[in-house]
Amino acid sequence: MSDQARMVNENQCQMCMPLGGVLAFKGVEGAMALVHGSQGCSTYMRLASVEHYNEPIDIASSSLNEKQTIHGGEGNLRKALDNVLRIYQPAVIGVVTTCLAETIGEDMQRMIKAYTGESSLKGADIIPVNTPSYAGSQSEGFWAATKAIIAHYARPVDKHGGVNVIIPHISPADIREIKRIMDLMGVEYTLLPDYSMTLDRPYGQYSKIAPGGTSREDIARMTGARATIQFGLTCPDELSPGLSLQQEYGVPLINLPLPIGLENTDRFTETLGRIGGRPLPDTLARERGWLLDGMADAHKYNAEGRPVIYGEPELVYAFASVCVENGAYPAAVATGTQSSLLLARVKLLLAEADVQPVLLEKADFAMIDEAAGETNANIAIGHSGGKLLTERRDIPVVRMGFPVHDRIGGQRILSAGYAGTLAFLDRFTNTLLEKKYATYRQLKREELFSQISIEGDQ
Amino acid sequence: MDTYCTLPTVPDTLIEDRQGSILTKGKSKGHISCTSDSLAGAVSQRACVYCGARVVLNPVTDAVHLVHGPIGCATYTWDIRGSLSGGSEMYRNSFSTNLGERDIIFGGEPKLSACIDEIVAKYSPPAIFVYSTCVVGVIGDDIIAVCKEATLRHGIDIIPVESSGFKSGNKVVGYRAAAEALLKLIKPVEGQVVEPSRKLNFLGEYNLGGELWVVKRYLREMGVEINVAFTGDSTVAALKQAPTACLNLVQCTGSMHYVANQLEKTYGIPYMDVNFFGAENTAESLRKIATFYGDEEIRRRAEALIERETGRIRPVLERYRKKLAGKRAAIYVGGAYKAAALIRQLRELGVEIVVTGTQTGKKEEYENLSSMLSEGTILVDDANPAEIERFLREMKVDIMAGGVKERVLAYKLGVGFVDHNHDRKECLAGFEGAATFAEEVYKTACSPVWKHLKKTSEEVRL
Repeated sequence: MSDQARMVNENQCQMCMPLGGVLAFKGVEGAMALVHGSQGCSTYMRLASVEHYNEPIDIASSSLNEKQTIHGGEGNLRKALDNVLRIYQPAVIGVVTTCLAETIGEDMQRMIKAYTGESSLKGADIIPVNTPSYAGSQSEGFWAATKAIIAHYARPVDKHGGVNVIIPHISPADIREIKRIMDLMGVEYTLLPDYSMTLDRPYGQYSKIAPGGTSREDIARMTGARATIQFGLTCPDELSPGLSLQQEYGVPLINLPLPIGLENTDRFTETLGRIGGRPLPDTLARERGWLLDGMADAHKYNAEGRPVIYGEPELVYAFASVCVENGAYPAAVATGTQSSLLLARVKLLLAEADVQPVLLEKADFAMIDEAAGETNANIAIGHSGGKLLTERRDIPVVRMGFPVHDRIGGQRILSAGYAGTLAFLDRFTNTLLEKKYATYRQLKREELFSQISIEGDQ
Repeated sequence: MDTYCTLPTVPDTLIEDRQGSILTKGKSKGHISCTSDSLAGAVSQRACVYCGARVVLNPVTDAVHLVHGPIGCATYTWDIRGSLSGGSEMYRNSFSTNLGERDIIFGGEPKLSACIDEIVAKYSPPAIFVYSTCVVGVIGDDIIAVCKEATLRHGIDIIPVESSGFKSGNKVVGYRAAAEALLKLIKPVEGQVVEPSRKLNFLGEYNLGGELWVVKRYLREMGVEINVAFTGDSTVAALKQAPTACLNLVQCTGSMHYVANQLEKTYGIPYMDVNFFGAENTAESLRKIATFYGDEEIRRRAEALIERETGRIRPVLERYRKKLAGKRAAIYVGGAYKAAALIRQLRELGVEIVVTGTQTGKKEEYENLSSMLSEGTILVDDANPAEIERFLREMKVDIMAGGVKERVLAYKLGVGFVDHNHDRKECLAGFEGAATFAEEVYKTACSPVWKHLKKTSEEVRL
């Protein structure tokens, strides 16, 4: 474990908390997001999200400025809510805070309660979430918002046979795959937050608020579910939506790793099998078979991989698992946020490994770059920030996570399920092969030919 | 007050308070309402003061750019500007003091000081720009004092940039903060002699896609040397030579007019507006520069260059003009300078402008823009997505020119797009840039994809 005690953060690995909150709200049907703070925050979040999703992503701002910060931002917040309601006519408005709003001590609950009490525009649910950017990254913001959304609608309901599925910030393609697997296994579910359509719209008639998202009715019934499957091994208890459902409504929590990787997907399908009572259907069994076949075909190439894996904790853990089960033992594992849970899990995962990887939390790319150099990493898995590794060390990056802004299709990156895991493995292995084919002749010449040609063979 | 005529208002699509910011040429009376703070909740495309300061200063290649605040501001602006460098790549690194909860409560000054020390120990940069962000203003960190102390401690320029984002919703204030920082950087020290030269400075040129280098080449051919651009491909050392120039060219007026004014006041350097976007604009600007120098040889070379280059690209422009005639364009960009440049460049290609807007235009600038436009064109200040969506539909726009946030909306509506944004990779300046521009407009406006999309949007409802 690198024990750099540097103060300065050099080339950031994570983004800020309110962004996570905003993205979670985009998974609720008919929702708009509003950021209570300076305008720059929402515009930059839009820029980052737009470049990744290649979708118009409208995020409103209360446009706080100096006047308001002395007297409080209530006036601007009200005006902002009025305008959002008028233009977008949303069913839900998620209001996240910024470091500015939190520092001046805005009482979101009180202000929104007062607003909804008086407002003549009925029908919109306004849900505040505290997401000060100095208290966490977008991963924490995402959990916090999901928890707040559930809490807002939670009330005692009749028990039913459906299952809750709570996801971290994965790609829309992964969401669709998880849903497909559950459909194939015959399990009824409510997945939250479901932005698989809202942040990835097929071309057609354009509307200001994208169709799709988890409905409010379904969210309200989450308290009566049979169980909650939460992909949150690294989610801290105080932010855990699934844990609060268990503690307050007795819905049993099943905390699983993201179904990325053979073992992780097996755990998911086995859990679904127990819940739904059905065995693995032929379609999925075949996909599993193809994955196994692919793992065998590629195992020797993959054994040459020494990956650096970085990004949001839940994703990092899942991809580390895939690498380990294919013999591509990670050289370094890093996350930009604080996550002792991630580090503990990865240590367990790599207990048997010959060489222990460098483990980094609160990492920046200066640290990751250094670790990559020390460990002779030859491939990276993570978001576009890793292009620094390519530029400085020729380490190719297999992109996943957020943001992927220097390639197209960030929203379509599929890594979940058997099919997705195989798709990822192909990308991973082929990246290694591409590099190998491009360099091996030269390397062999330098390494071996040069030794004999000195003796004057030519 | 005169009534403002806007599009037929459908309730709940346009905010009433925005009416004054949307005019239709020939139909609306009075001036456009602009340069005010954005409306809360309107989803303005504008960013913040820090944004304005960062985009202006970031291209200073060998300086360290340190953002004092929580992590977000730095992450969002890491390497997002397409400015190219011929030398140092230090500016492509993003440094943040990453203020946490403790720092917010107890103050971030010690951390800032420590971060500066770390940076100097690791990189020995010639200068450090320290940007303040929203929270820093609120918690009362005195970055000016910290920078002053650090400057004495390390013997290099450590310059505070007062860019606290909440000062105003308008990033133009950020331009000003950046300007003050630059002026501080280039101020000669006590007793330093400023030796005047025949070189010029190029203000408001950020070397996106190498555009500075194209202009440099033209000027060199004419016999004129650029000292430094503010701030494209600039170094701290070259910027410090700025007071020696005999002329300042100003391209992006929004960000640099203030600087030009101050340089004239303080160092007696005159300035002139130039515009290297579009063949005609480029020729005009080169001639203006030649006239300023009053040298017959420079003038002769300028004419030779103009003749040669315009001749070279004429067939290219002709070819594309044929295919683009009658296409309708919408422009929504950051500043009026860029909007004016685009209007001319698109007109050169036979494209009709039906919508024009900016984030930060001033009253006189809008009047100038309006004079360039035909009747029925919509003029808009500080537009939001709902308005842009309406204009694109109702004005039957074929292509749009703007930034990243506008691009995705345009594609969703089946409208082609010309990237004139902060991170563009293509060189669009000078004669060759005019040819590249024409090609880019053509590739998007005449792409085969649109006919499929148009057909589908009529059939499919999701």
